[in-house]
Amino acid sequence: MGNTLAVEFAYWQTTIFKLVMAFVAVLIPAGGTVYLYLFKMVSFMQSRLGPMEAGPYGSLQLMAEVGKFAQKEDIFPARADRFVFAAAPYVVLVSTFLLVLVVPFGPDAAFANFDVGVFLALAVSSLSVIGILMAGWASASKYSLLGGLRAAGQLIAYELPLVLAVVGVVIQAGSLNLQRIVQAQIEGEIFGWGALGNPFVITQFIGFFIFLVAVQAELAQVPFDMPIAESELVSGYMTEYSGFRFLLFFIAEFATANIFAFLASVLFLGGWSVPPFVTDLLGIDSYSNVMNVIGPIVMATKMLLLTFLIYWVRFTYPRFREDQLQRFAWKFLIPLALVNIALTGFFKVAF
Amino acid sequence: MALVPGVIKGLGVTFSEIVKTVTKGPETVQYPHAKEDPVPRARGVIALHEDNCTACMLCARECPDWCIYIEGHKELAPPRRAGGKPRSVNKLDRFDIDFGLCMYCGICVEVCPFEALFWSPEFEYSEPKIADLLHDKSRLGQWMTTVPEFEPYEAGAQVKGKKVPR
Repeated sequence: MGNTLAVEFAYWQTTIFKLVMAFVAVLIPAGGTVYLYLFKMVSFMQSRLGPMEAGPYGSLQLMAEVGKFAQKEDIFPARADRFVFAAAPYVVLVSTFLLVLVVPFGPDAAFANFDVGVFLALAVSSLSVIGILMAGWASASKYSLLGGLRAAGQLIAYELPLVLAVVGVVIQAGSLNLQRIVQAQIEGEIFGWGALGNPFVITQFIGFFIFLVAVQAELAQVPFDMPIAESELVSGYMTEYSGFRFLLFFIAEFATANIFAFLASVLFLGGWSVPPFVTDLLGIDSYSNVMNVIGPIVMATKMLLLTFLIYWVRFTYPRFREDQLQRFAWKFLIPLALVNIALTGFFKVAF
Repeated sequence: MALVPGVIKGLGVTFSEIVKTVTKGPETVQYPHAKEDPVPRARGVIALHEDNCTACMLCARECPDWCIYIEGHKELAPPRRAGGKPRSVNKLDRFDIDFGLCMYCGICVEVCPFEALFWSPEFEYSEPKIADLLHDKSRLGQWMTTVPEFEPYEAGAQVKGKKVPR
């Protein structure tokens, strides 16, 4: 907490506050985007209205879905490895909650201010691979196993472009700390003109593109949804799951989409900051306390924009073939990312 | 790289569909609250105009599923002109269609020579018990009110358009 606060909180009080806020930061955006995009936007794309009965305009549909899943029987396959089978969804969910840890929502409103925030985020995002492999192996089903192995291959292949795309941003900001990256974007100038700051999407547009594509693949969203390809593998590694554990996978998938969108907005769109000419107009400092309130709203707006992109792509394209997916990652995205890093390094030294 | 224009175009298609649905409304209707307009000649349920039926059994014999059950008897009706002989007419005792068996092929409606069977677009007659899908002649007669008028023939047709007996 910042030293400008009049009231000092005890360590356990801030811990409980942060715990509650972590659930808010993960579950509220997940519910919001699932309703807004998964229920409504896809329906509009298909010229229908989507859920309309539960609550006004079907806004409580998600509550109904959660209630439905919670009532269902939690089935274990007869030959499943019970402990691993039961633990797998929690492993995936834990990686989601660890990811939100590093995301800054304001100058002080962050769960933790790590010096190696980017590194930690990319490291824990790959934890979900272990959970998915556990689910695929422990289900004792060939569909689950194939889905789990495909997911592992895909997530490892797309981890690289994800990391390499971020390297460009890190070089430009000169820090692995996400707060410092935001700061670099506020104080940056475009050829001496600082009214917009310097959101890294302007210079790192190749990195931004690669990051979004890699995120799409990390989340196993269409067109990269071979791990859960329903026409080939029933439901991939989720085939044998039912009831509450299936719900956990579901939450993890969509919450992770939001948190990657949060990360992308921090890395490329300026994070919680608003462009300096707006703060000048309002007469507030970019790092003042009021930004702790405005910041989360700004972040939510940017997150909604980026998740719109994710779901727009998801509901537009058909699925890649497995070999096309690997070729796209290794022969196109990774070389492109390496060229981007080389160019960024060149310009960093030149200017 | 050659794929890029198509990829962008695909995004445009879905986005324009969102705009169309938001501004002009969806193609679907919210079913329990509103019903779709039935298409002309929709095959919902078969209606029976009992007065026209002569129990000739053509429909029952042509039915591929054997889902039409007819029983009838002969009756003497008063003569058409004074002093004539009483006419003998066929009266229906039973005319049932089992919609649990019916496959909605419409052959019975086609073969009926006396215009006693008609298609109605109504479809809301599901039942908790399958035996209740057997509609007797009074139930089939009630559907007659829902039978739409025939479409007029195209201009210049030699044949006069048919009318639904009410």
